[in-house]
Amino acid sequence: MNIFDMTIHKLHAALKGKQISSVEATSAMLARIESVEPLVGSFITVTPEQALEAARAADRRIARGECHLLTGIPLAIKDIFLTEGVRTTCGSRILDNFIPPYSATSWEKLRLHGAVLLGKLNQDEFAMGSSNESSAYGITRNPWDTTCIPGGSSGGSAAAVAASEAVATLGTDTGGSIRQPASHCGCVGLKPTYGRVSRYGVIAYASSLDQVGPLTRDVADCAIMLEALAGYDPKDSTSVDTAVPDYSAPLTRGVKGLKIGLPKEYFIDGLDPDVQRAMEGAIETYRRLGAEFVDISLPHTDYAVATYYLIATAEASSNLARYDGVRFGHRAEADGLLGMYTKSRSEGFGTEVKRRIMLGTYALSSGYYDAYYVKAQKVRTLIMNDFITAFASVDVMLTPVAPTPAFKIGEKINDPLQMYLSDIFTIPVNLAGTCAMSLPAGFSASGLPIGLQLIGKPFGEETILRAGYAFEQATEWHTRKASI
Amino acid sequence: MKYQPVIGLEVHVQLLTDTKIFCGCSTRFGAEPNSQTCPVCLGLPGALPVLNKKVVEFAIKAGLSTNCSITPRSIFARKNYFYPDLPKGYQISQFEDPICQRGWLDIKITTPDSISADSVKRIGITRIHMEEDAGKLVHGDFSGRDDGSGVDLNRACTPLLEVVSEPDLRSSDEAVVYLKQLHQIVTWLGICDGNMEEGSFRCDANVSVMPVGSSTLGTRAEIKNVNSFKFVKQAIEYEIQRQIDLIEDGGTVVQETRLFDPNSGKTRSMRSKEEAHDYRYFPDPDLVPLVINDQWIERVRQELPELPEQRQHRFMAELGLPPYDAEVLTASRALAEYFEAGVAAGGNAKAVGNWIMGEITRTLNDSGTSIEACPITPGELAELLKLIDNGTISGKIAKTVFDEMWKSGKTPQIIVEEQGLLQVSDSGAIEQIIDDIMAANTGQVEEYRGGKEKVFGFFVGQVMKASKGKANPAVVNELLLNKLKG
Repeated sequence: MNIFDMTIHKLHAALKGKQISSVEATSAMLARIESVEPLVGSFITVTPEQALEAARAADRRIARGECHLLTGIPLAIKDIFLTEGVRTTCGSRILDNFIPPYSATSWEKLRLHGAVLLGKLNQDEFAMGSSNESSAYGITRNPWDTTCIPGGSSGGSAAAVAASEAVATLGTDTGGSIRQPASHCGCVGLKPTYGRVSRYGVIAYASSLDQVGPLTRDVADCAIMLEALAGYDPKDSTSVDTAVPDYSAPLTRGVKGLKIGLPKEYFIDGLDPDVQRAMEGAIETYRRLGAEFVDISLPHTDYAVATYYLIATAEASSNLARYDGVRFGHRAEADGLLGMYTKSRSEGFGTEVKRRIMLGTYALSSGYYDAYYVKAQKVRTLIMNDFITAFASVDVMLTPVAPTPAFKIGEKINDPLQMYLSDIFTIPVNLAGTCAMSLPAGFSASGLPIGLQLIGKPFGEETILRAGYAFEQATEWHTRKASI
Repeated sequence: MKYQPVIGLEVHVQLLTDTKIFCGCSTRFGAEPNSQTCPVCLGLPGALPVLNKKVVEFAIKAGLSTNCSITPRSIFARKNYFYPDLPKGYQISQFEDPICQRGWLDIKITTPDSISADSVKRIGITRIHMEEDAGKLVHGDFSGRDDGSGVDLNRACTPLLEVVSEPDLRSSDEAVVYLKQLHQIVTWLGICDGNMEEGSFRCDANVSVMPVGSSTLGTRAEIKNVNSFKFVKQAIEYEIQRQIDLIEDGGTVVQETRLFDPNSGKTRSMRSKEEAHDYRYFPDPDLVPLVINDQWIERVRQELPELPEQRQHRFMAELGLPPYDAEVLTASRALAEYFEAGVAAGGNAKAVGNWIMGEITRTLNDSGTSIEACPITPGELAELLKLIDNGTISGKIAKTVFDEMWKSGKTPQIIVEEQGLLQVSDSGAIEQIIDDIMAANTGQVEEYRGGKEKVFGFFVGQVMKASKGKANPAVVNELLLNKLKG
């Protein structure tokens, strides 16, 4: 097996058993990045020197007998996470020159365990997009078919795992930004419950929806990553102070008697036939494993996309006000303060970001606030209640992640509404604040991966990981590799 | 036509916490620019606010002391606007559901028709909310450059309370009395240093006028950032007259924000309603709703000091002080505490009060010293008063001793001993003096004996002078009377 195809748990065993060093593993990953990056474009910044230095430090730790599951493991993270001393752009020209003075809590936790940072991954600008086409640093291609998008906004995070450019990656998910690219690139992606992982040091898009999560080769790796990331952070008032369970140990407990809900609003006419087939196959697999299916309804699903695009853009319009050219980031030369503001922001932000700032500013404006923002918050409550009601009778829900497999580059970039609809099955989970995971569940006729979504109760990550693991053990989808 | 002014005040109170409202940076005044900053108060990407609990407790204290209800679940909101001193492009404040609501202050006002009799007027307090301050712009000399403007974010994220009154004030005098009373409360509570020059306590005034007898409020102008009691009075008076003149000339008052210029004593337009910002307030998703339960409120209530009004009543009821003395002695918490310490050290309440209001206040004023830095302790003052009471020194000599205590820091006993200021009560010694004086002033003795009793005062003066003020006046009186009557 190639080193760069290894999972965290396999590489960890090899590091611990001294069959391989972190420097060797890191060098193998860097070589792999060099060879496939021209085809994929997963990275905005690669940090080879720092990576090798961190690998040497990890090897010294391992030699001392300190080998945490993540010690010496080469990872890459979305360019939305602040990394002290390493440029952090968030996919935007406005942060082209931004070198942060501090690191995000989530990355800091992995780093303290001895994880090695290979670099910063491409993404839609400010995480606004579903295709990675809105990045100011070029598009990312789907490793399964380089004429297709990898999904977004954590497109680089998914493509890097699929193209074996990192053992695992970090992404963020505001409306599906981990799960949709994971589905399109055939990897495992988890969006934890809101508050489970600290948002401190993660560049905010929509604060009440953003959540950090891992993208990995398999469910076991996902459990390892979540356990390292999860936990209360006194620097994030919205992080929740509940104990972090052992996510790995219960993985093998199976799904016998597990009640899985099938929300009827997610199995609609017009669902791509390949996706439909993959879902039917998954349901069959779970039946065979002893799970029980329950038909449920999430009646306000239809309003989710509209609700999301009011709340997320409203929050974004305010979150992005700090990019004003005064203290950091791009500053244009112009006459006067207003001129400087206008020009810096006009030059610094891309089309999609500007569109969302304008939408959100409008939704919060005097005279429109009640009709848009307040109304959207009320609908959000109804959507949350849908989930609470449904979860009274089921343990998890099973749905498609996206209505179609990865689409072609350029196909939807000029049709924002069509683009927004690609997140129709993932957005409600963010609005409800609960957790969900995407895992490989089949392939389209043209060979593109298709993901299945398991939605859990709030702080029910343990259950969806266990259900995902059982599925993975019974299928071989996750073992297939992109031929890039 | 006669006009009735209508005034409401918005007061910004900078809180005396050690650290900022949403981060751990120091709030100390006057440090090197930007030396007291971190990712949170610099508004760096990814940084998140965490509420300082002390700020909440200070806000609860302010609310309880102004008869407000404490909101069980209050919300922080973002106020969005662009300015270089506002790092995030929004200020975290409170909009709907502020921490304190619906309170009042009873202010003492003197009405023109009954100048002597104070009456009490209740001024409604609409709300008190918590918010962060902005940084400040420094023009010219900054970081070794003199050709531009700099931003100093040391003050950014400093905790403020905004206290908003109802438009219940009807004159500049009422506004000043309200403001002084509020100032007294927040400094008394120890939640604000009250320094108006440094901007720790600053005020915006909403002013309108309407014809007397009308119940429809006129259009108001908001006057920004007036930073002394004197300026508040000036600004409001100017604004009232400006609006009246405008209406009398057939014009109309427009809703606008105006700036007071202390040099000219005038207000001038800053921006009109049309130019006003749309702040696009919405709940800050980075902060969870602030839940305050009854136990928390009770715990803070227990920590409240006795407030000025309560203390005045106690001074009157328990110590028998006249209302005027009680009010003067509770002008500040430090003064009231000085007074009480003096009484506790054995001083007679009325006497301690008189000395504080007299000699001490005068000497403090003359030397520009605050009561906190008074070189004479309350215990030493009480000692001095005891020396008068037990006849060791006379009241006149006591003033000399007081001056010496102030200068040298010595105790009254030591000064009396060192300078030989003991009162002379020995009748033999005093008789001798009287005899000498009567012998030298036979003419006046005759006058007295001839029925001109006024001359008695002359003899007392002469005896006291001859004894250098040390003779016991009671003994002098008695002996003189006997001798003159012969």
